[in-house]
Amino acid sequence: MPKTLAEKVYDAHVVRSAAGEPDLLYIDLHLVHEVTSPQAFDGLRAAGRRVRRPELTMATEDHNVPTLDVLKPIADPVSRAQVEALRHNAAEFGIRLAPMGDRDQGIVHVIGPQLGLTQPGTTIVCGDSHTSTHGAFGALAFGIGTSEVEHVLATQTLPQYRPKQMAVTVEGELPEGVSSKDVILAVIARIGTNGAAGHVIEYRGSAIEALSMEARMTICNMSIEAGARAGVIAPDETTFAYLQGRPHAPQGTDWDAAVEYWRTLRTDEGAVFDSEVVLDAAELAPFVTWGTNPGQGLPLTERVPDPAELADDNERRAAEQALAYMGLTPGTPLREIEVDTVFLGSCTNGRIEDLRTAAELLRGKRIDPDTRMLVVPGSIGVKLQAEAEGLDRVFTEAGAEWRGAGCSMCLGMNPDQLKPGERSASTSNRNFQGRQGKGGRTHLVSPSVAAATALTGRLTAPADLAETAGV
Amino acid sequence: MDAFTTHTGTAAPLRRSAVDTDQIIPAEYLKRITRTGFEDGLFVAWRTNEPDFVLNQPQYADATVLVAGPDFGTGSSREHACWALLDGGFRVVISSRFADIFKNNSTKSGLLTVVLPQADVEALWQAVEADPATPVTVDLQSRTVTYGDTTVPFEVDEYTRWRLLEGLDDVGLTERHLADVEAFEAQRPSWLPRALPALPA
Ligand code: SF4
Repeated sequence: MPKTLAEKVYDAHVVRSAAGEPDLLYIDLHLVHEVTSPQAFDGLRAAGRRVRRPELTMATEDHNVPTLDVLKPIADPVSRAQVEALRHNAAEFGIRLAPMGDRDQGIVHVIGPQLGLTQPGTTIVCGDSHTSTHGAFGALAFGIGTSEVEHVLATQTLPQYRPKQMAVTVEGELPEGVSSKDVILAVIARIGTNGAAGHVIEYRGSAIEALSMEARMTICNMSIEAGARAGVIAPDETTFAYLQGRPHAPQGTDWDAAVEYWRTLRTDEGAVFDSEVVLDAAELAPFVTWGTNPGQGLPLTERVPDPAELADDNERRAAEQALAYMGLTPGTPLREIEVDTVFLGSCTNGRIEDLRTAAELLRGKRIDPDTRMLVVPGSIGVKLQAEAEGLDRVFTEAGAEWRGAGCSMCLGMNPDQLKPGERSASTSNRNFQGRQGKGGRTHLVSPSVAAATALTGRLTAPADLAETAGV
Repeated sequence: MDAFTTHTGTAAPLRRSAVDTDQIIPAEYLKRITRTGFEDGLFVAWRTNEPDFVLNQPQYADATVLVAGPDFGTGSSREHACWALLDGGFRVVISSRFADIFKNNSTKSGLLTVVLPQADVEALWQAVEADPATPVTVDLQSRTVTYGDTTVPFEVDEYTRWRLLEGLDDVGLTERHLADVEAFEAQRPSWLPRALPALPA
């Protein structure tokens, strides 16, 4: 029977299947961070269990880490205790940890691909919903809760139910200035914040195939924002070229054997998807969210919507609540919304290409004097690469702040937070109420919109800059 | 995990859709390394900033069943959201649709998530708004929600139901199949990724 890519990967990892029970799925790689793991390790200790396969487990510190004074002990005692708990657990259970200051440290979803640990056809889990990022390599990768973290630590497996299959097809060429972030924001606006519940999304079509690995990761990263269990993209020459030579990628004859297998990881002709969404790349534009969930987005050329025009009760109420929180008036052009802070970073858009894109727009210019811009590389590796290319100077000369690596203002578990009422344009993935700090208001954007917005102080697409400059 | 068979309590009508886990418990409460004591973070922003928020109303203060709008529990995978609801006294959440990871986490932590059609949720909202003291019984044995003279059935897969009724945790169940795991491991290709030893970049 013809199978989808995700079905092939799933089937290849079924350890045991029995009628009326979930399948038992083998997990090839388990990524761990400080926030969702301490209770799982406590559970192991209480039951006298060990970590079944420490060598298939990789831990890092990312959510709590400060982006200033990174070589000093963490000032917040609660954050410090959590990071110290991870260090203690990694040492006790024999797990590799990339701690603050280590060259491999960074956001868990940035370092997996960077080290070559993320590979096609594998199953990857982490106690973090954006594990879907790794699906860009054709891996089946999904977020889990702390009880499941404990289960994977103890058994290297997870009970799972077979997911449904959704295809999101994007054909054609993306217009200039439109990025993969805009593609995924458009998809989520179309299907809603839980529209892909129960499904794995496979992104396909010529517009997806043309994307770099980093741009693909941005798309798969936000699959969870559409409620999907995971997102996948078929591995191809772009994938293999990205992986070759990375520290943990296969070498020599192993590489050849791996690539031969990876080439089989494509959806078969005639495979059936449970649902399908089709987008025309040429019609996409820079996107921005106006509300408090990632499905509440529109092209930047639009206006703040009027809830009164929404027919569905729940949607209308949600839009009213969102606009009240966001302090926005229906009918306001999105391009007139002024921001206080621009955040460039996160596991969605904190990679080297994202920094390059933003730096190109900022080179030789100064950001708006009333706007603060934080640039937070996704990992130490990204930071070092950016510094080698001189991007840090481009940012600082433009008036932005160049910081250490981590999650930072994506969720504000460290000191990088919005103040109540402050508004940001953020390249991260969630515009939930209070996500970036109590009372903070978030507009999700792409790296190029973030950079253009920093220059003007209000939501701006790069094309708008050209218009102004041309006058 | 505590077993769940049947529960009777009063219900709080949370007329909001797409309630994300950042609202259920914000990130700053996630720094703790314990598994209990999260009640202070439960819906803390809404409890602090909105005097009319349903859980600020005295008639709903002792509710143990939360009746929410569609797409409850979207966003972050934090199981702390389930722990906070349990610590805050809730045993059941009813919604027409849950986010996958939240629903999955609930079945691991002993919080019962019940899916009812939106029309039934609406009827339940109206009933508890008309009389907040209405007892609501959620029976996992018979798979029904009962209040007043209304009884509505709900679906739950047989395996999950059994685990919840027995209060079983998954690790012990999986360990019964260790031989299968070992057999699977024996045929994994040798080139698959390993995090150890660390390799130079
Ligand atoms: S960058 Fe944001 S979304 Fe990504 S792992 Fe960190 S906190 Fe989560």
